[in-house]
Amino acid sequence: MIYPRPLASQEILLPVKSSFIFLTLIGALLLNLLPWSGWWLWFKPDFVALVVLYWCIEQPRKIGFTMAWLLGLMMDVADGSLFGQHALAYSVIAYAAIVLHHRVLRFSLAPQMLHVIPLLLFNDLIVLGVRLLAGADFPGYRYFIGSFVAGLLWPLLSALLKLPQHPRSDPDHV
Amino acid sequence: MEHQPPPFFNTGPTPLVRLLIFSLLSIALLVTDTQFRYLETLRQITSVALYPLQRIAAAPAGIAQRIGEFFVTHDSLRADKTRLAQQNAENAVALQQLQVLRAENAHLRNLLGARGQIAVKSMLAEVLYAARDPFSRRIVIDRGSQHGVQNGQPVIDHIGVIGQVTRAYPWLSEVNLITDKGHVVPVQNLRNGTRGILAGTGNDGVLEMRFVPHSADFQNGDRLVTSGIDGVYPPGLPVAEVTNVERNAAYPFAGITCRPLAGVNNHAQVLVVSAERQLPARPAEEEKPVRAKKSRRSG
Repeated sequence: MIYPRPLASQEILLPVKSSFIFLTLIGALLLNLLPWSGWWLWFKPDFVALVVLYWCIEQPRKIGFTMAWLLGLMMDVADGSLFGQHALAYSVIAYAAIVLHHRVLRFSLAPQMLHVIPLLLFNDLIVLGVRLLAGADFPGYRYFIGSFVAGLLWPLLSALLKLPQHPRSDPDHV
Repeated sequence: MEHQPPPFFNTGPTPLVRLLIFSLLSIALLVTDTQFRYLETLRQITSVALYPLQRIAAAPAGIAQRIGEFFVTHDSLRADKTRLAQQNAENAVALQQLQVLRAENAHLRNLLGARGQIAVKSMLAEVLYAARDPFSRRIVIDRGSQHGVQNGQPVIDHIGVIGQVTRAYPWLSEVNLITDKGHVVPVQNLRNGTRGILAGTGNDGVLEMRFVPHSADFQNGDRLVTSGIDGVYPPGLPVAEVTNVERNAAYPFAGITCRPLAGVNNHAQVLVVSAERQLPARPAEEEKPVRAKKSRRSG
């Protein structure tokens, strides 16, 4: 089943500013750094992974591996986890997103989610694999809930991050 | 035939090559971090860059808490006051006895020629957040090496031990909780002085004694305090209570599960303890130096 984007109804969007991309990434990092605890922690989506994925799909030329990797290092330090586990996972999903972006962009939002959720699960799997190799215990299947929550947030995120790209209506036209 | 694009279309290495570069870099970091401990400087630098963001992210919770405190009812304040006054009176009695006992203890120690007890200093720290890593039990507190926190210092609350500083950053520190998998505390049974090693299991609220023979005298409800023989934890801090003792001859050791006494997961303020202890000088001529400190592998 293919849901091609209705090209005719699509308005022409303004180009994205690099500063805006940077700002959203910092925002995602802040959301990740909020003091999540208890049950919330299990439902917490990885906002950084989600936003990195979004920009790598929408603007693969403006954001790349370096940014994803550095954000990964920051997450590692903030979580006190092994140095490089998030960096590795983010680089891999950035790659997947850059390779898949032509394909994903042809779909409407709902099928896009079906691409995003497996990528986020893959992100989780990499982190899990690294930790299991380092001797940790499997934390249970609820570990993967966050990625599904993140996938459900995709349409919202996509709408939010496109807001500054909509051309402003002509003030003389009112 | 190979087809070269014009130079202005050239955007550097292909994604696959970049992926390989960054993956290899990450794997190198991972291996270095797990096998050796060379990366602490890099961690410190990243942590300094991250610090403002961490403070900003922790701010809303603090503000919410303050607003919550503002709307406390008169009744609950009065109840608190009564409870605290009562507690204070109870403590005053214990304190007076303590002074007498301390004097007596010092006198007896003098008589025996034993070394004096350890002077314990403590520093109050706020818990910024619990680390979000689902594989470990950690909290981050708002005191770091700039405030005098060092790696390895014990962290307690008003009831007992909650963990140990594993990484001191300039303005923050990471504390491994006693429930963290791989975290061990040398303890002593308060009832009969039996020593043992208490290890975290990675589950909240469950600790287990390791390598305890079946014949060892442990019962449900026994209190375990730090033994102090490690030189890290000052002796006598309450740690846990025995909840279940299983003596199954199929296993070489008795299965003793315990419950931490301190509120390991639910405290806003904790104390970082520094025990100044004069250890005897290490003998110089040893073939193989044995590390006196207990291993602190962060899982």
